[in-house]
Amino acid sequence: MISEIGAFALCLTFAMSLAQGALGFATSQHASRAAALTALAQCVAVACLIAFVSLVAAYVRSDFSVAVVANNSHTDKPLIYKIAAAWGNHEGSMLLWCFVSSVFGAVLASARGGQSAGLWSKAVGVQGLVTAGALAYTLFLSNPFARLDPAPMQGAGLNPLLQDPALAAHPPMLYLGYVGMSVPFSLALAALIEGRADQAWAKALRPWTLAAWTCLTVGIALGSYWAYYELGWGGWWFWDPVENASFMPWLAACALVHSAIVTERRGSLASWTILLAIMGFGFALLGTFLVRSGVLTSVHAFAVDPRRGIAVLILLGLALGAGFGLYGWRAPKLSRAAGFGAVSRESMLVWNNFGLAVAAGVVLIGTLYPLIVEAVGGGLISVGPPFFNMTVAPLLGLLFVLLPVGPMLTWRIGDMRSVLVRLAPAAALGAGTLIATLALTHWRVAPAIGVAIGVWLIAGGFTYLWTRARRGEGRTLAKIVALPLAVWSMSIAHIGAGVLVIGAISETAFRAERAVALAPGQGVDFADRRITLLTMADVDGPNYEATRAILRIDHEGETVQLNTERRFYSTSPMPTTEVGILTGLDGDLYVALGEPIRNGGGAWGLRLYHNPMVQFIFGGALMMAIGGVLSLVALARRRKASP
Amino acid sequence: MSLVALFLAVAAPAALGDPALEARADALEMEIRCVQCQNEPIAQSTADIAVDMRGLVRERIAAGDSDDQIRAFFRQRYGDFVLFRPPWDARTWALWASPLLLLAAGLAATGALRRRRRSEDLAPEESER
Repeated sequence: MISEIGAFALCLTFAMSLAQGALGFATSQHASRAAALTALAQCVAVACLIAFVSLVAAYVRSDFSVAVVANNSHTDKPLIYKIAAAWGNHEGSMLLWCFVSSVFGAVLASARGGQSAGLWSKAVGVQGLVTAGALAYTLFLSNPFARLDPAPMQGAGLNPLLQDPALAAHPPMLYLGYVGMSVPFSLALAALIEGRADQAWAKALRPWTLAAWTCLTVGIALGSYWAYYELGWGGWWFWDPVENASFMPWLAACALVHSAIVTERRGSLASWTILLAIMGFGFALLGTFLVRSGVLTSVHAFAVDPRRGIAVLILLGLALGAGFGLYGWRAPKLSRAAGFGAVSRESMLVWNNFGLAVAAGVVLIGTLYPLIVEAVGGGLISVGPPFFNMTVAPLLGLLFVLLPVGPMLTWRIGDMRSVLVRLAPAAALGAGTLIATLALTHWRVAPAIGVAIGVWLIAGGFTYLWTRARRGEGRTLAKIVALPLAVWSMSIAHIGAGVLVIGAISETAFRAERAVALAPGQGVDFADRRITLLTMADVDGPNYEATRAILRIDHEGETVQLNTERRFYSTSPMPTTEVGILTGLDGDLYVALGEPIRNGGGAWGLRLYHNPMVQFIFGGALMMAIGGVLSLVALARRRKASP
Repeated sequence: MSLVALFLAVAAPAALGDPALEARADALEMEIRCVQCQNEPIAQSTADIAVDMRGLVRERIAAGDSDDQIRAFFRQRYGDFVLFRPPWDARTWALWASPLLLLAAGLAATGALRRRRRSEDLAPEESER
């Protein structure tokens, strides 16, 4: 019964979101019409909430007569993972997509701010059509409420690898980011239709862009962190097409966060900001297509059941067709705003957008290239980490070299010489790091440059804080505390980027790994540590059985115990590895239990890794996300101060 | 002692002894794709075939092959698909050239934007002074 309510609510949402689209375009200046549009958008969100809650309820009650519940859940599963299973599969994740899109539509409709009536109502209308498109796909091609008759006694269970807190939160965060990019898209289309993209428009755009970027940052970081501690090989990023599918919208959102600042503060770059908003949502839809269509495993896997893939492609075509079509037609009519000099904050932000956009383009080509080659009969090729590390990494490196200069320059016309003088200590620190790293690593040039760039970013961020704090009268310390939140948020995000760069480079270039076989009582020396296998134990979990290796780690006079497990779930033929991680000042010791050695007299295979500074990667990403959140708070405060 | 050596031999196919050779093997194992798994290098895969392929890498290194020779060896055996580093040939030159082309296109677009801005916007403001 509950899922019939859900299915009905979903149909209702579809019909109402179409109405939202129609009303959005029809609304005149009448206040009553605007109120009706707001109410309708809110109803769409409530109806979609009912559908979503119905699905979650079916999971909580383990109602195996619902096909997706039978395929993805199990009575033995802890409650939190029953709930998370609701969006851990294709149908459920599409419903989540619709739900998020409808909620964003309602928020957009409820918070009009200082936007003009026409622009606002058309943006709400486009958002309604976006929701309707996603709903049509969900209802007709991946209905989450389809029934099974007869209902099975037990569910097929969730993949045990996915039974994890980080991964329960990973998809919703990514979807918040993906769908978050739909609001800048709606605002961009509304601006093109109205033929106006002024500073009030950019002001409405900024919080959505920032929120989407922050959610994408957190979502990607969670996925990366999960891969690091769950997959058992110590890696955190592999330029996998699925990873790239989330990285492209992130790059676009990052560029948009910066270009929207220029449009809001100076009125410039409006046309480019609009184009970027359209492309950002295109990347988000493309990500959905790549992940959901099966095209990534092979073009042929896609051809087996192409309906879903083709439907997403049609939606992508409609969105981009409408976006680029309107852009080509209307963008030349947008009024041009004030110019700026070659040396100015604006021009540095243009270079930022240039670098991020080219990086996104390279990732796009690299991700799609094998599919294109296969489709035209060129056979199977792989485009993997060597390609991306060789192309995207230097590009982002150049971008990072310029980054600290940007915030130091003033708007319109900046004074490069005085900025460089103030940044000289940071540059000296970077150069010193370069020389020291070169000496320590016996001339490994690329990683040394990378670490130096990271130090330059961090030092540059602090230099900016220091410069801002020294302005005006009074004691420096008091002024540091009183710095505007916007200054802090930007500096934290930029310093976080530096921290992430140092972690990423160190982990990639200086990691150590070794496979060993140990019987209880035996030990091995690895990364300045003595690692001894104390004993093997059998452990029972809530829905798995595990073999646990208990190890003793001796390091610099200290002794710690570390466990690593292999878990066997009754619902899955493949065992999973629960790695042991010991975080120290010099990085992580990471131990993964392998298989018993054949004829090995009780010895077990163990893989040992030393991952220097790997926590900097996740710490840096966290700092960037905190910067995003603080930036949102700063925007909200400013809005309250001057509505 | 020989028993321990045997364990090691099973867990890590043919340990090479020399850290420089080990580093080369580790790097190559990250570049060679496990043919059974989905998008995983043999360095990370626990599949039997990946273990065998890791053994092959170490065998070739011990035999004195260069990195390029080892890549060619795997390419001949399993096809282009096995290498995460795409080869340079008629199909892939566009891929390898794409970053430079994108850079050039971006520079041209930014340059055009700058020239237009300078002629349209900045000039009147500056002449007012």
